[in-house]
Amino acid sequence: MALDKNDIAKRIAKEVKNNYFVNLGIGIPTLVANYVRKDISVEFQSENGVLGMGPFPFEGEEDADIINAGKQTITTLPGASYFDSAMSFGMIRGQHVDLTILGAMEVSENGDIANWKIPGKMVKGMGGAMDLVASADNIIVAMMHVNKAGESKILKKCTLPLTGVGCVKKVVTELAVLEITPKGFKLLERAPGVSVEHIIASTEADLLIEGEIPEMVIN
Amino acid sequence: MHKNTEKLKNDMINKKVNTVQDALVGIENGMTIMLGGFGLCGIPENCIAELVQKGNNGLTCISNNAGVDDFGLGLLLHKKQIKKMISSYVGENAEFERQMLSGELDVELIPQGTLAERCRAAQAGIPAFFTPAGFGTEVAIGKETREFNGKMHVMEYAFKADFAIVKAWKGDTAGNLIFKGTARNFNPCMAGAAKITVAEVEELVEAGTLDPNQIHIPGIFVQRIFQGEKYEKRIEQRTVRQK
Repeated sequence: MALDKNDIAKRIAKEVKNNYFVNLGIGIPTLVANYVRKDISVEFQSENGVLGMGPFPFEGEEDADIINAGKQTITTLPGASYFDSAMSFGMIRGQHVDLTILGAMEVSENGDIANWKIPGKMVKGMGGAMDLVASADNIIVAMMHVNKAGESKILKKCTLPLTGVGCVKKVVTELAVLEITPKGFKLLERAPGVSVEHIIASTEADLLIEGEIPEMVIN
Repeated sequence: MHKNTEKLKNDMINKKVNTVQDALVGIENGMTIMLGGFGLCGIPENCIAELVQKGNNGLTCISNNAGVDDFGLGLLLHKKQIKKMISSYVGENAEFERQMLSGELDVELIPQGTLAERCRAAQAGIPAFFTPAGFGTEVAIGKETREFNGKMHVMEYAFKADFAIVKAWKGDTAGNLIFKGTARNFNPCMAGAAKITVAEVEELVEAGTLDPNQIHIPGIFVQRIFQGEKYEKRIEQRTVRQK
């Protein structure tokens, strides 16, 4: 069975290691924070200028001056800090952030990502995504494998304007975990109950498949 | 107070202006204005309201976002005072989208870190810099690129602006600024990044009242400062958890 968004977030949470500084994009990536193991130390960075983000505030305790990059009200944890936007992107470009998790509209087999513009339809802007993908060493994309029309978003070549080139390392979708290798997408795991054949049929790009493909461990 | 100390205090450069009108003297049609804020957080609410009153048009605005339909820079967009918007993210604003798609509004979208650094470069007297952001994308079209340490970078220029308008939590009459929480965002990068910097603050105190150790932006970057009023501080995405 294909995963839901929370399951995708749960699987990605397993990639978060002790002492990591992590930047989470808007959408599914934001959910990852809910599922990170409680016995490890992780600090979440939000590019508008906070490190050490905590959970959402209790009702009545919201502070308009304390938000995340998704403009949601947040809290901070002990040890948190605030800083300006130039310093925030200094952390990102300077590769002080260990892991970047973001959403995408399309990813291609050489690691290109498109997520900021659909010409003629939607132009919201790239926000911090171009800085993040151009700089981070470790980028995981959380996305849906196919669009609402059932068309693959895992492609040989992106069709939409790019956000970054050759940067994505791993993709987690409702169907599969894919790694981007010099030879293209490698199928690492499949969603519980989803067949390799179903994944192949749902993917426009070629997949490297070696041996038995294990099911994802979600919980 | 010792006589000499009194003398020094009087010699302190006084940046205080009494009204938002005084703070924005000299803004003319067609000027380029930087405005601090991220979403609606840390925006100069009083100055934006006054710009709407003044009615200047043909403005080029440099700001990370463009407000929402009825607040922030959305108010200037609504009155068609903005000719060009330089931002990184412009969702959440239907009027913006309409003006952009119809061609009434010129829009330059640039990566957020590049936007911040182009402000900081202007503040710090650095004419241009290289960043990896946007290499291989349409953002890099027509720009000089260069390889450093095996990685490709794009050359970006410092902004040139007539006015920078920033918002701080506290300030003093010498122009020193202290920010609160994530309302800091682009404000410190824009202070001193234009010919004239205007700071509006929630609380304005006499020079000497704030601890110099706690100052985020020294007054040298600020030409005019005033205490704003009636801060609305709207929340775009009020998100809470249950107790």
